[in-house]
Parts: sequence; C-alpha cells; structure tokens
Amino acid sequence: MKRRTILKGTLAMGVIGTGISAGLLTPRSVLAAWPKSAFSATSVGDALNAMYATDKRDSSSKIHLKAPDIAENGAVVQITVSADMDHHVDAISIIAEKNVNPMAASFQLTEHSNPFVATRIKLGKTSNVIAVVKSNGKLYSTQKEVKVTIGGCGG
Amino acid sequence: MAKSIKIRAKLSGDVTKVKALISHPMETGFRKNKKTGKKIPAHFIQEVVCDVKGNTVFTAQWGPAVSKNPYLAFELKNVAKGDILKLSWVDNKGESASAEAAIR
Repeated sequence: MKRRTILKGTLAMGVIGTGISAGLLTPRSVLAAWPKSAFSATSVGDALNAMYATDKRDSSSKIHLKAPDIAENGAVVQITVSADMDHHVDAISIIAEKNVNPMAASFQLTEHSNPFVATRIKLGKTSNVIAVVKSNGKLYSTQKEVKVTIGGCGG
Repeated sequence: MAKSIKIRAKLSGDVTKVKALISHPMETGFRKNKKTGKKIPAHFIQEVVCDVKGNTVFTAQWGPAVSKNPYLAFELKNVAKGDILKLSWVDNKGESASAEAAIR
C-alpha cells in the first residue's frame, strides 16, 4: 500500500508539475495522490483493486449504511456510513454499483477520526450502494439497494 | 472564495462532529449542454483535507459522483474546544479553497 502510494505520488508530481510552477497548487496537496485509477474504474472489483490492492471483502453486519429506499432525485442521495469494528477503521469507501464509475467517494481516517462519514452522492439509476470499510488490514462491506426514479447523471 | 465553504464543528462529550457544505458545480463530464449538444467538461473536487493544529486528521477523496455543492460530515476525537479546524479542497482543474473554524 505504501509503495503504491509513493509510486502514484511520483507520477502525479510529473503531471501536475506544471501546476506547481504556475503557483496553482501547494506542494502539500500534490503529495497526497488522488487515486485516479480507482475513480475511473468501471467495475466494483477494479475500483477496489485500484484503491486497496485487493477486491476481497467480507460482508459485515458491523457496518451501518444509511441510505434511502427510494431516491426521487438521483442527483442528491444522502449516504451515511458508520462502523463499530473491533479494530481501528483506516478507510471508508462509498461505491455506487451501477454508476459508470462505481467509486463515488473514499475517506482516509486517522487516529483522530471516528468511523463515521456522511455525504451526498449521485446515482445514475437504481443501484446497490456499497459501503467498504478497511480495518485491521482487511476489507469489509455491506450494501443496500436504492431505487432511483430520476437519474442523476443525465442531462 | 472564502464563502465557498461553510463549516460547523461542535464538541459534545468527547466527539467533535464536523459538518461542511462546499459550493462547487461537481460536473461529471457526462452531461451535455442542451443548447450546443457539447459535453460539459468534468469539474469536480478530488480531495478534501481536514487539518487540526497543522496535522491532517481526515482526508476525503472524491470522484464526480459526489453531488453538486457537496455536503460532508465526519467525526473527530482527541481534539479540544477552541482548536482551529482547517478544511481545504482541490479540484481536477487545480482550483482550490480553504476555510477555518474553531471547534465549539
């Protein structure tokens, strides 16, 4: 995981290098590499592999995923994820299975964070929303289907 | 850009609940302009970083699937009332903004 992050960081430096010289970016924000391959992946497995270097995950009842049963407007779907794992939670990802790019958001937690995040995402159509939690070096997940009556990605 | 982020950080017990609203179009790159038929280029926040006293305590990495004018809530522990919390974001065009709030 570490080596991958460093590699990505180096790559990003090359691409965004021009941005720095133009004074657009602070070096700090460049160091934390945005995992482009995870967000451009078109399947859940690819997205997880790109983000966590594995797509092996156990389903867990200790993850609490709050999402509406029916979203009238797929452009704004409130998702809340919390977990009470036995170990510290290092990361939480929110994945919309049927979106063109399933990886919607990922959160890196520290020793100062509780395993709780809430945000709003777009759903292109009725889809399973998957919450993935990384804890103690393993991935755990839970999912819930959200019915969408108006898509969030169309024009 | 100072007003593009609204933050509220409230301590209750030993948990600080942080809620933020960011003004941003969050264009996916899939949408078409109805008049010209041309695709609207992707424009979305990639990373949101939360610092407390200079230490990064929480990072969010986003794709274009996060809703327009994003809402973000998370919880912090081991931080104190009065600590200054700084939230900053960077988008795919290299634009950025940040805001600070004291934990109440």
